[in-house]
Amino acid sequence: MTGTSFRLEDRPLRNAAPPNPGRRLDPRPGEVIDRSAPLSFTWNGRPAQGFEGDTIVSALAASGVRVFSRSLKYHRPRGLLTASFHDPGCLVQVDDEPNVRGAHRRVEAGMRVSAQNAWPSLRFDVKAANQLVGRFLGPGFYYKTFIAPERLWPAYESVLKRFAAGGRASAEPSHDSYDKRYAHVDVLVAGGGPAGMAAAVAAAAVGASVMLVEEEYELGGHLRWGGKRELDLLAEQRAAVDASPGIEVLTNSVVTARYDDNWMAVLQRSVFPGVRERLVKARATTVVVAAGLIERPYVFAGNDLPGVMLSTAARRLVNLWAVKPGTRAVVFSANAEGDAAAADLEDAGVEITRLVDARRGENIVRALAARHGAARRTGLSAVELGDGSIVECDLLVTAIGWTAPTSLLNMAGDRPVYDPTAARFRPGDGLPDSVFVTGGLLGDGTVDELVAHGSDVGRAAAARSDARSVRQDRSDRAAGADDDAGPARPAPLPVVPHPALFRSTTHGIVDYSEDVSSKDLIGAAHEGYESVELLKRFTTVTMGSAQGKLETVNAVAVLAEATGRTIGETGTTVWRPPYAPMSLGALAGRQFEPVRRSPMQGWHEAHGARPLVAGAWIRPDHYGDPEAEVRNVRTNVGIIDVTPLGKLDLRGPDVPLLLNLLYVNKWSKLAEGAVRYGVMCGDDGVVFDDGVTGHLGPDHYVMSTTSSGAEAVLNLVEHVLATDHPEWRIHVTPVVGDYASINVAGPDSRALLGRLAPELDLSPGAFAYMQVRSATIAGVTGCFTWRIGFTGELSYELHVPADRGLHVWEALLDTGRDLGCAPFGVEAQRIMRLEKGHLIVGQDSDGLTSAYAAGLDWLVKPDKTDFLGKPELAWVAERGGPTAQLVGLQPVDGTLVPPEGCQLVEGTTIVGRITSSRMSPTLGRSIGLGYVDRRLASAGTVVSVRLPDGTETPVTVMADLAHFDPEGRRLRA
Amino acid sequence: MILVPCPHCGPRNASEFRYLGEERARPDPVAATPPEWRQYLYRRTNPAGWTTETWHHSSGCRAFLTVERHTVTNEIRSCTVAGAHT
Repeated sequence: MTGTSFRLEDRPLRNAAPPNPGRRLDPRPGEVIDRSAPLSFTWNGRPAQGFEGDTIVSALAASGVRVFSRSLKYHRPRGLLTASFHDPGCLVQVDDEPNVRGAHRRVEAGMRVSAQNAWPSLRFDVKAANQLVGRFLGPGFYYKTFIAPERLWPAYESVLKRFAAGGRASAEPSHDSYDKRYAHVDVLVAGGGPAGMAAAVAAAAVGASVMLVEEEYELGGHLRWGGKRELDLLAEQRAAVDASPGIEVLTNSVVTARYDDNWMAVLQRSVFPGVRERLVKARATTVVVAAGLIERPYVFAGNDLPGVMLSTAARRLVNLWAVKPGTRAVVFSANAEGDAAAADLEDAGVEITRLVDARRGENIVRALAARHGAARRTGLSAVELGDGSIVECDLLVTAIGWTAPTSLLNMAGDRPVYDPTAARFRPGDGLPDSVFVTGGLLGDGTVDELVAHGSDVGRAAAARSDARSVRQDRSDRAAGADDDAGPARPAPLPVVPHPALFRSTTHGIVDYSEDVSSKDLIGAAHEGYESVELLKRFTTVTMGSAQGKLETVNAVAVLAEATGRTIGETGTTVWRPPYAPMSLGALAGRQFEPVRRSPMQGWHEAHGARPLVAGAWIRPDHYGDPEAEVRNVRTNVGIIDVTPLGKLDLRGPDVPLLLNLLYVNKWSKLAEGAVRYGVMCGDDGVVFDDGVTGHLGPDHYVMSTTSSGAEAVLNLVEHVLATDHPEWRIHVTPVVGDYASINVAGPDSRALLGRLAPELDLSPGAFAYMQVRSATIAGVTGCFTWRIGFTGELSYELHVPADRGLHVWEALLDTGRDLGCAPFGVEAQRIMRLEKGHLIVGQDSDGLTSAYAAGLDWLVKPDKTDFLGKPELAWVAERGGPTAQLVGLQPVDGTLVPPEGCQLVEGTTIVGRITSSRMSPTLGRSIGLGYVDRRLASAGTVVSVRLPDGTETPVTVMADLAHFDPEGRRLRA
Repeated sequence: MILVPCPHCGPRNASEFRYLGEERARPDPVAATPPEWRQYLYRRTNPAGWTTETWHHSSGCRAFLTVERHTVTNEIRSCTVAGAHT
């Protein structure tokens, strides 16, 4: 004995369930377990048994386990409440998967199941001491207590984290995968109960393609735990569904969201082994919502004690899993479901000690916990009734009404309306005509009436779907309203009067997942949180794992009571997607990210290239030593794969008009065989893209763009041609993938290319800088090459039919071996263009950089009648130029490379920034580009750079953007 | 996700399209005053109601479309090929 008040039975080792085989009943007619398939698993490390078809919790309940978790805040023991997916007390850890819905997930052989939110054990939980200080832990406690001082936030966090609910997320990658699927159906039916099945069968019968989605493992809804009449109907309906080839049935799946135009998110669970979840994105022409009803708990003292459960939970345990939920029961009933539960329990051998009938004004006041014995403090022992009598029992079943899960209707634009007769919210009249409702969600009726209504709705949904498809196929598909959209909506189901029961005379738990009591809600209302949306956010009521399915209406009722309003006046919270929880894995799906590779990428990888992800492309960053690659280009010759460059083939007599509009410079007189560099701006004067365009032949041009801008430039060109100038005779074709592009750069590039293109006259007079020639290269016809110089060297950019790219690449290396020809990567190119002071759009410019600021004054021709951005650029010029200017920068300490993005400062004032910086292997010192205020932009000015460590270092503003060969003698060689 | 009734391709997911915003006329670049030009660049009426906008069927037929859409209900009442020639 420990000498403390905790007794031996509270110690962790005693946590395991005592075997109690007597809880499993004799076979039931509707049971879903396979008694010929027993299986073993573990619960908190101890062996446990179940049958195929059991849920984790039904298997455990069958062996007498009553406590499955500890509650979020007060760590109160929690047992079965709903015996369904949304059971708030049945979240468990399964192997490495936390927060598994134990009352839904089927048990599997070898599963290791353990309780969550209990430390050190389920039976003895030190945090249950929170119950003793509960009055200090009211709503807003954490907000109010841990707000100051701010410097203690990290300390608060580390302590509070241990009090957070939830299981243990594994740090290991999941072995399972997640999937995605797209579906197109005429009619999607959400809910596979009697009305949903009837709707699906009726829609399929008239030829509609139907997707029938059921949250549980089998179709049937509440028929499954009903009596003979219900089971006979269930068999009949299942046979009809099976006989309908037009119905695709998804079980253990849930329609979790509805978006515009019936874009439906369907989450499919346990799709097949290895695929844990799959998100089906279904476009449904019409949707039938047949979500049924969710039973609502009653608020009274002790309503969360293990042993207190809803009537549907009792019926499901008895009829689906043949589990006896207790031995002596009190049933509090306000409806036929409660009466049926009492009958089922009696049939299962449970002694009904009292049927408390709410319809006769009888009530229950509180549930009392056991004071001694095995269930001490953790289980129900008696119920205090409205007449003051106390009845001993170990099971209290309540049946006090329903919540209509109007979630999908809300997402379709409908607002539910409170119906005092039915004592529940019901669908409003705000549904689009492509969304239908049937079944218990809509109204009351016998199962036969529900089936009949479901059939009517199914037929109407199919007809509406048909009408919409026809309309969409007609040429005026977008013009009409839905006046021809099929038959009228079937009349709604009526409702039968139901007692309005929400809270007894005592206070109890409203939100089981968040541990929010009716007392908390009333207190919050008195603090001023009188709007249901504010109350929700302040107290977190409805924000736990059940997401309002069990507790919203009770919360609204308690708020209504506290504020003296009716439930209708109080209103309800809005249901938003997702209706049911889904993993991030399901949202991400299987990775599908297209990657583009040049025809030479395999060669690069085989030759040690470090890959660089550049937009959609994988490119060689370098082959080991980028500085050596720079030196080789500067002294010998190198080749680089520039295939990702954007390339547009432009043909037609009006191409010069297009070029003149797109580029800031002049294009009318670009001679055949010539190439020109151009810069494009947006109409806001901001630099948008740059590149060269060559005049290849009569009415034939090729425009190159930056790699990242290829798509945007194509879009722009098409937009101009389609909308602004449809009269221009121009044909545009994107040809990025048609050509492999190789830049041959270095003093020996002429010699190298001469060996492979002997017919091409490469002499400086015949093929000058900024000219283009069609050519046959290494035997490959259909090539063209232009002499440009991004690297600052004599260079030829070869554009080769893509399928011959690797051949030409290898031919260049073979033929140029004696010249020292070697490949270079993107990093070496970036160093060399920086040495040369060539800007990269997007790196040395941003969303505010005008063409003037980027040092392109020489290019802008304001005397042109029009080009994109002309007025803005003209006004920049009128104001005397941009406020900041792109300049070449060199740190005074040439060994130091200030990182890109560093700010230039004058005291505490920011006067510029560094956009590019590298160590120059050619100059042996650090170099850069950056923006400085105009007044500091003159050559020789020294400004300070603030380095990431907070220190400052001086840099000198240079006369030229180019640090190397500013006159361009090398590239014109 | 809304469906855009492309005149060439039929109803297609909005994710196939690029949204270019409210349709607007480019003022004469020579005559426009700075306020007029900036109105064109930056100002949108952004109504809660019917609006005429340009969509680009970039992952489809690549047509530029003039779409009349209700910004509250997302209803599309007309969708035609932009530009003069059809």
